[in-house]
Amino acid sequence: MTTEILLAGFGGQGVLFAGKVLAYCALIDGKELSWLPSYGPEMRGGTANCSVCVSDEPIGSPVVTYPDILVAMNQPSYDKFINAVKPSGSVFIDSSLIESKCGRSDISCYYLPSTTLASENALQGGSNMILLGKIIKETKLFTLETVKKAIEKVVPPTKETLIKNNFKAIEIGMSI
Amino acid sequence: MKGNEALAEAAIRAQCRCFFGYPITPQTELAAYMAKRMPKAGGVFLQAESEIAAVNMVLGAASTGKRAMTSSSSPGISLKSEGISYLAACDVPALIVNVQRGGPGLGGIQPSQADYWQATKALGHGDFHVLVFAPASVQEMVDMVSKAFDTAEKYRIPAVLLADGLLGQMMEPVTIPEPSESKCDNSNWAADGHKFKREHHIINSLYLQPDDLEKLVLERFRRYEIVMENETDAELYLTEDCDVLLCAYGASARVAKTAVNSARKLGIKAGLFRPKTLWPFPVKELNKAAETARVLLDVEMSMGQMIDDVKLAINCSKPVYFNGRTGGAVPVPADVLEEIKRLVATGGEL
Repeated sequence: MTTEILLAGFGGQGVLFAGKVLAYCALIDGKELSWLPSYGPEMRGGTANCSVCVSDEPIGSPVVTYPDILVAMNQPSYDKFINAVKPSGSVFIDSSLIESKCGRSDISCYYLPSTTLASENALQGGSNMILLGKIIKETKLFTLETVKKAIEKVVPPTKETLIKNNFKAIEIGMSI
Repeated sequence: MKGNEALAEAAIRAQCRCFFGYPITPQTELAAYMAKRMPKAGGVFLQAESEIAAVNMVLGAASTGKRAMTSSSSPGISLKSEGISYLAACDVPALIVNVQRGGPGLGGIQPSQADYWQATKALGHGDFHVLVFAPASVQEMVDMVSKAFDTAEKYRIPAVLLADGLLGQMMEPVTIPEPSESKCDNSNWAADGHKFKREHHIINSLYLQPDDLEKLVLERFRRYEIVMENETDAELYLTEDCDVLLCAYGASARVAKTAVNSARKLGIKAGLFRPKTLWPFPVKELNKAAETARVLLDVEMSMGQMIDDVKLAINCSKPVYFNGRTGGAVPVPADVLEEIKRLVATGGEL
């Protein structure tokens, strides 16, 4: 069984970071995995997307073209990838930045205003983790415990507040 | 770890203590990792003023018998080609890493395999070859480093690790080997100071007498014969009964493998030939893989470069078709699968 995940948004939204957390989750659970970034030359503001494959078997192509799970963090990413999602796949949409409503009936769409939720809870930049919390709630891809361990691996131990904030964001995502 | 970082760590563990480079996407993490780690390992990291300077520093350092390397991406490798020709002419082993990006010219920064011809046919002027290794996973980015150094030293031929932006940028689980020592004795050629205890060791590439130069080139080509006989390596995947044989290396071999697996699920007998050495090209291995195949399909991230070697290796005895993307685009398994289906439906006659 292979799960192909595509996370897409602007540079600076934490698209690659969220992908990294998922990749570490897979590593912790003893799965095969790949993480592949794709972005322009700029550090912030350009388009950024990230392919994560999680599988029980060795991974062939690490490029996700037709995702099982799409995380859309801005309108251009939504427009570009919404029709590529595999039938019976799921889409997680930051509805504070994306106005569109999906017309497809063969996929599950989850709308949550993650950017607004992040600001309301003083978790600037936490929109990615809120979406990730929602993903694990709906897809059961990983347990909360695994995600927490993964965050501890990805965030350096010196940045303890960041770890706590990420935990909080995940829990917000899971509670919606 | 990203492929670039894993490769850098592997080089340090393979006792490479001299890294000279110049930044270029999508290779930069390799140099950045070296900048951090190399001084702690007691080695030299130097960001040169240009690619050309960096490769010539490699020539100097490697001439002393020390393991030295440089890395770059396509446009930077073109600049290094002069120095690589000198390395080959001086019979100095060293490692050059090319994390390929789209070309020609400055091209783009997305993955590509458009430097196959350059790496295997003409990585500089003159009559020479370099060893070319083609990793297809982060693990192979690691494993091929010590293999490349060992083989380069064994035959005194510079080695190229031909990766691409996809392998350099991606993360996969990887096991980094324990530090290893060079098994090679370079005491009969290394210019590391004679201390009045032995003859001078002279490293030179200028020979004005045609007879002298010809003799040296002939000797080098006798070594190439031995390399071609003994140092080829390839992965043969589901080739025993294959009807359609895909040929691909590096990142595009990953795409091809996914397409092969999908084809098998549909009952199509597809197989994959994946060269791990591009020079020497695994001619015997390809012929073995192609035994039962009616038709071959070459998949590359270029307009089709390795396909020449595929056709040569089987002496054009079977039809060889091409499917690929270029300019930084990565082939999609579904497209390759469509091509496989088309070939099967038409019996290899398109």
